[in-house]
Amino acid sequence: MDLFQEFLQHCVNALQWGSFYALIALGYTLVYGVLRLINFAHGDIFMVGAYIAYFVATFFLAQSGWGLTHIMVLILTVPLTMILTSMVGVGLERVAYRRLRRRGAHRLYVVITALMCGLILENGNLALLGASRKKFPDDLIEKVNWDFFGISVTNLKVLVIFAAVIVFVLLHFIVTRTRIGMAMRAVSWDKFALPLMGIPLDRVIVFTFALGSGTAGLGGVLFAMSYPVLEPYMGVMIGWKAFIAAVVGGIGDIRGAFVGGFLLAFVEVMVVFFGWSTLREFFAFSILLGILWVRPTGLFGTAPTTKI
Amino acid sequence: MSLLEVKHVTQRFGGLTAVTDFNMALEEHQIIGLIGPNGAGKTTVFNLVSGFYKPTEGSISFEGRDMRPYPPHAITALGMARTFQNIRLWNDMSVLDNIRISQHHRLGYGVVDAILHTRKYKESERSIERTAREILEVMQLSDYAEECPKNLPYGLQRRVELARALSTKPKVLLLDEPAAGLNSVDVEGLIQLIRWIFDEFKISIWMIEHQMKVVMTLCEYLMVVNFGKTIAQGTPREIQNNPEVIEAYLGDGAV
Amino acid sequence: MKKYTLNIVFVLLCAGVVLASQYKLLDRYILTVLMLMGINIIFATSLNLVNGNMREFSCGHAGFACVGAYVGSVLSVLLFTANKYTGQPLLSPSLAPLLFPVIMLAAALVSAVFGLLVALPSFKTRDDYLAIITIAANFIIISIIENSEQIAEQIFGAKSFGTFINGSRGFSGMKRTVNAMNDVAHIPWMEIWVILGACFCVFVLYRLVTSTYGKGIDAVAQDEIAAEIMSVDTKRTKLIAFMVSSGLAGISGVLYAHIYGYVNASSFGILRSTEALVMVYLGGMGSLSGCIMAAIAFTVLVEALRPGLRFLNDNMHYLGMLPDGYEISEVWRWVIIPLILFLLMQFRPEGLLGNRELTHVFPKLKNWFTLR
Repeated sequence: MDLFQEFLQHCVNALQWGSFYALIALGYTLVYGVLRLINFAHGDIFMVGAYIAYFVATFFLAQSGWGLTHIMVLILTVPLTMILTSMVGVGLERVAYRRLRRRGAHRLYVVITALMCGLILENGNLALLGASRKKFPDDLIEKVNWDFFGISVTNLKVLVIFAAVIVFVLLHFIVTRTRIGMAMRAVSWDKFALPLMGIPLDRVIVFTFALGSGTAGLGGVLFAMSYPVLEPYMGVMIGWKAFIAAVVGGIGDIRGAFVGGFLLAFVEVMVVFFGWSTLREFFAFSILLGILWVRPTGLFGTAPTTKI
Repeated sequence: MSLLEVKHVTQRFGGLTAVTDFNMALEEHQIIGLIGPNGAGKTTVFNLVSGFYKPTEGSISFEGRDMRPYPPHAITALGMARTFQNIRLWNDMSVLDNIRISQHHRLGYGVVDAILHTRKYKESERSIERTAREILEVMQLSDYAEECPKNLPYGLQRRVELARALSTKPKVLLLDEPAAGLNSVDVEGLIQLIRWIFDEFKISIWMIEHQMKVVMTLCEYLMVVNFGKTIAQGTPREIQNNPEVIEAYLGDGAV
Repeated sequence: MKKYTLNIVFVLLCAGVVLASQYKLLDRYILTVLMLMGINIIFATSLNLVNGNMREFSCGHAGFACVGAYVGSVLSVLLFTANKYTGQPLLSPSLAPLLFPVIMLAAALVSAVFGLLVALPSFKTRDDYLAIITIAANFIIISIIENSEQIAEQIFGAKSFGTFINGSRGFSGMKRTVNAMNDVAHIPWMEIWVILGACFCVFVLYRLVTSTYGKGIDAVAQDEIAAEIMSVDTKRTKLIAFMVSSGLAGISGVLYAHIYGYVNASSFGILRSTEALVMVYLGGMGSLSGCIMAAIAFTVLVEALRPGLRFLNDNMHYLGMLPDGYEISEVWRWVIIPLILFLLMQFRPEGLLGNRELTHVFPKLKNWFTLR
């Protein structure tokens, strides 16, 4: 395999990872776009999604009497996981954020709360389920490996990329073209005027969290199918990276999250391509620091103005 | 040479031009006023002069020195203090501390001095404490030295903010709507207070104010802006009878 | 005399601990916990300067402690012990007790320089964005150390120094420095250094915060624009606050490394930073005395959780309330600690003391001690 082929192979991987980042980043950006809140527990919601997918899938596989084929199990697992994960996300909003929001607490308190929720989810998982790693059933779909001029592309990778694009298009449609999407954008402009205009604030926020967490849940299923070994801290790094992606694109902007996800994945893959694979985190976080320092609004964001 | 000179200053924010070709000169020991309808760009002018914005075009000089390269805290150190339209005191520390901190430019010591309590530190702290007490005394705020500003009535907060601005020992004092939110009795007191400060400290005052009573009694000279442009200037009497000003305030066809 | 009572009590207590350690009256474990307490006091009060007084939100404080720990450890190993990099110690090991404070200060200095990583962005960004920058800084620092070999190769063209630091496997050898100190005089050196370090830290912070210079930090916290306009050099103030804070954190790192004789970058991750946050918000933002108390309480709590969880586990198994296959492990500590902070944020975000000092809550206390 020559260098160019190797490069292209890396690009395919970048597309796959970019899709994971994008799926999670979309959740960050949705919540931020509406509430101006960085939901740091989002990476762990993704982890919870993967675990839910594991439990759902193994449950269905164990019911041999129901006569489910593997592909049917998959078709059942995806929506069920998404629904359950959105319930976790909504629950988080209800337990952790709503109270702070109603009290009008300072943003920093909300950030700490989010960070702590993340830690509680990770460590709670470890404490409850123990250190033994869970292995996601990796035979839900028949693995097919296509070969394009020496570049191998699995059907799973295609599925992941495809799912990310569809979710992006769907979310973009919801936010820009539907009534609830309009309400979501309205919340981000003025939280206090909204109830006066007859828009139920809480319902909009719950919807936002459900949407974001559901997307993360889908990411969890797809990730578990691609990398079947699950562990409680799996959401930490990928969550951070997705957050970086959202910031790169301009947090709060759906297009930004999508583009940012792929951009970050390409940067990372290039780092690996040049043989510095252990420095991936270093580069990712340096990019984050650099962007926040020089252009905090990212690619698509607009700067807020200070008034005296 | 005037004490403060603003020449041909234009300020743009993106596509919006907030101030267009603004000119003014403030002499020593003079009170002038800047009036105009809401959103006319008055506060922007103050933000430019106090260094918070850098002008897109034009120059601002103070005692013959070009002010553009200086950050706001350095401009204050050179002798220009201001108050804010909505009071901006440090609400969780005592009035005395408020006055002390605004003398930061006169500290003359560093971290190491603060930690080792060197002689420089002690002398500086003593002199700052003395100045602060003096200012509180003359502004009749001594009784409230240990109070937090947030617990004081609005009128007193205004007074504390004035005291804080004075404690920087300014040559020019910029007052951004000092009478905003005061009742008529308090306004009367404020007019006397400003007049007294003007005479006592021998400083120049430039104020933005909406209440005609305040500017008409205090100011020797008035400038009127609307949509970022200076539409009239002159003595209060001249301004009062200027048809363009009346139109700006009352709208088209009101005359 | 009355006004020195608490000062004397404090000195006696410290002397008591040192003597008890000298004559082996105290259990090794209890001594370690006491030293950890001192380290946590440094760690928490230094963060309090930024998070409490300046109300910025740094959640990567452990990163700076990590820098301090590594700088201090590498210096102490190179200077006073036989090692793989220079072979013989660079200085006579008998100088170790004399030069240890210098090492602490050097480590503090380097940590303070790393503080720039956060201080410079703070000129432009605030609030949650700055919080992210601090976390990124924490990750970056850890990543640099864990990849020391590769980075050394890239920069110097040779791995040797990077290999010496030993990247992700951790760095050790500081026990030999402590032994070198013991060879000079057989007294409990580390206990003494921790006490002195904590006193130094609190002293520096107290004097900084009570000076008009340092009150500029509070002014920046309460209204940054007003501070800048009222002659406070906000950039310099932020720089000072961040650098002093990270420098002092570095001292806590040096002490930590020398007590355990081993450091690993991964032990200075987000969890350790969270510990500092818990202590600061438990005590009350901006309250130095509250922070000290919180650090003490927190250390005790964390240690008490070990036997506490074991006790709970045993009894619940005995009562048959837990399934046989399940043990309550020490991982629960890392659920409980974030949970404390979570609950604090929900119900009392200003912390136990608010931003008041102990002397404001108990005014009579002032008669019993003297601080200048």
